[in-house]
Amino acid sequence: MTYTMLAFIGVAVAIIIERAIGAKLFRSPNFYLAYFIVMFFQLVTNGYLTGQGIVTYGEDMIMGARVANAPVEDLLFGFALVILSMSVWSKLGQVESARAGNKATSENA
Amino acid sequence: MFGEWSYMAMLAFVLVASGWLEFAFKIRVWRNPVRLFSTVLLVAPVFIVWDAYAISQGHWFFDKDQILGIYGPLGIPLEEYLFFILIPIASVLTFEGVNSAKAMLDTWLAKREKVSA
Repeated sequence: MTYTMLAFIGVAVAIIIERAIGAKLFRSPNFYLAYFIVMFFQLVTNGYLTGQGIVTYGEDMIMGARVANAPVEDLLFGFALVILSMSVWSKLGQVESARAGNKATSENA
Repeated sequence: MFGEWSYMAMLAFVLVASGWLEFAFKIRVWRNPVRLFSTVLLVAPVFIVWDAYAISQGHWFFDKDQILGIYGPLGIPLEEYLFFILIPIASVLTFEGVNSAKAMLDTWLAKREKVSA
């Protein structure tokens, strides 16, 4: 499989997991601002990694379109990584609050 | 740019550029280690497997002169392991930072409205 194919699969799987665990990420306006900030820093840091040749890519494994030195596939890879991280974090927070809520309820009873 | 520390320099930047949010916005990310490390533990392995596959298939390559040359399991450079730990943390810090900044702004606006009323 090429990097291009895997990158699209990664995005799809990340969205499916976000839905499946009920992270409700895409409903939060704050998420969009946070993602914009993360993407800006991704372009800066990944631009450095690829611009300095720290990381290079197999030319026949990518589409060839590049943003800030890096293949566009990296934006998809980054999307999957960041969406999954934020989703799992949010979900664990929901679980934490629910537990705290249950505890408070049982203590009051 | 930094010789064999070149990749590490980028990781240090990520750590510093995101780390201050914890204190500036009074958020509890580093201070909730159970939730933070659970997040990393659930997310990072998926991408480490992806990384191992990508390296084996020649999707990407690392310049041996710009990494420390320490390799972990699956033949993945140390820097990559740190990447998959630090990027989830930086993402979460940014998300919580924005959440907190928005809450602070709302509180400030509400106070101002009260004063002028």
